[in-house]
Amino acid sequence: MSVDFLIETAKKIQVVINDNSSEIEKLDQEIGDGDHIFNVQRGIKLVIELEPSIKDLIMSKALNQIAMKVLSGIGGSSGALFGTLFMTMAKGNAIDEGVDYKKAIEIFAEGVEAVKQRGKANVGEKTMMDVLIPVSNCLKKGVEDDKDLKEILKEAIEVAEKGMFSTKDLLATKGRASFLGERAKGHIDPGARSSQLMIKTVCESVINS
Amino acid sequence: MKKFMNSADDFLKESLQGFGAAHQDIVCCHYDPNFITRVTPTKEGKVALISGGGSGHEPMHGGLVGHGMLDAACPGFVFSSPTPDQMLAAAEKVDSGAGVLFIVKNYSGDVMNFQMAAEMMQGPNESVLTNDDVAVEDSSFTTGRRGVAATVVVEKIVGSLAEHGGSLHECKALGDKVNKNSGSMGVAFSSCTVPAAGKPNFDIGDDEMEFGVGIHGEPGRRRDKVKSSQEITNELLEAINEDLKPEANEEILLFVNGMGGTPLTELYLIYDNAKNMLDKKNIKISRSLVGNYCTSLEMQGASITLTKLDEELVKHWDSSVHTAAMRWGV
Repeated sequence: MSVDFLIETAKKIQVVINDNSSEIEKLDQEIGDGDHIFNVQRGIKLVIELEPSIKDLIMSKALNQIAMKVLSGIGGSSGALFGTLFMTMAKGNAIDEGVDYKKAIEIFAEGVEAVKQRGKANVGEKTMMDVLIPVSNCLKKGVEDDKDLKEILKEAIEVAEKGMFSTKDLLATKGRASFLGERAKGHIDPGARSSQLMIKTVCESVINS
Repeated sequence: MKKFMNSADDFLKESLQGFGAAHQDIVCCHYDPNFITRVTPTKEGKVALISGGGSGHEPMHGGLVGHGMLDAACPGFVFSSPTPDQMLAAAEKVDSGAGVLFIVKNYSGDVMNFQMAAEMMQGPNESVLTNDDVAVEDSSFTTGRRGVAATVVVEKIVGSLAEHGGSLHECKALGDKVNKNSGSMGVAFSSCTVPAAGKPNFDIGDDEMEFGVGIHGEPGRRRDKVKSSQEITNELLEAINEDLKPEANEEILLFVNGMGGTPLTELYLIYDNAKNMLDKKNIKISRSLVGNYCTSLEMQGASITLTKLDEELVKHWDSSVHTAAMRWGV
């Protein structure tokens, strides 16, 4: 994983998120306050705009700049949670000596754990953690079992989709959707949908490289 | 969508510029990162009060910066929490060495961003988390009650204590006390439109109201048919009283808050209806506040807040305040 890869993937994510923006916005208007898609779009745009200032940086510094940009540029829960993800990844052990896929999975898993602490949300609470935690576990397990990388990533794409759909029938216990009680049931969580799309894009981008 | 705006991207910036220029005797607006401070520096030894939240709730919080209330406010994008870099820049500007008290409404985004700011901050700091909205059940299975209009009351009363030399610890304790002594509930007749979204946040029928609505139009307890003002007021007060349990002859502050699209004429009518009911229960209205203080853009709706008062709270409520939105005793 290189800084170039981060930027190129962000560009691919931008296309996918823009293609699905009205769906995500609608999901958020049903159970949230309607700003999630704008936050995500703004965040991705800001990361892509960082290209000239981070392309020659070492990995830890590039990730840290992405973290600060996401944190200050998005706002809301998304900014704090994605900021925490990248900030934790930037602190990954020895990442400036090269990041192979095993290292990438290791720091992603550490990042997801930190996000879980920040948002105090676990699987089953109708949030993006219903996608991120199972994906993180699936990736770690794949490395432990010494599976082929492409196979691991294909599995992660499926796990992400399953996690995203699982939010439909859940009661929300975190965030604004929690104020709805039973009324939130039957709606997919917008944060779970946007993170699932991002995971899918990252995984496919590696599979096809 | 019809709004006074030139572009969604410049909406907040232009509004802040206008606010800063109109009230240049009281506040100073800083940009990138955005924060609002008093025009005068914090007195040495005075605890600095910093609040913030999404924009769209004006005059909360920028309009509450000034003598006797906040030292700084951090406005996020419309209905989106501010970010830690704003809080850190504001703290650096207004901390006189006596510490910083963050006043935060209990919404996930606000809580997380203020928490990150507190973790990154060097100097002593404390936080008061407001959660006065009785519409939401407070349990370990929810994010908890929302922080709404009573935040204005907390900022007024703690602002006075800080002005009178209260320590960081004392300010934090008083803030928690005011929050605990307050209960609020709101009702909305219409939705509101975030400029960047361009369409209403939620759908509501011409004859419907959202009972227990949050300050971003989040759903409350239930969707009902619109009733008479006296009936709506009674139901709001019953929900608050059930939670707050004011005793007969207890003194309270009655705060009727408009959500942006309700005329003052109607807010005073609600006040009259609330007084009818409180009089019957022998609850003594000793202080009042009526107006648009904690709004939700152009939403047609109102909330009622009751705060149980004692001598200490009355003293700090009455003390002088000079902000863009509240001004007395000066």
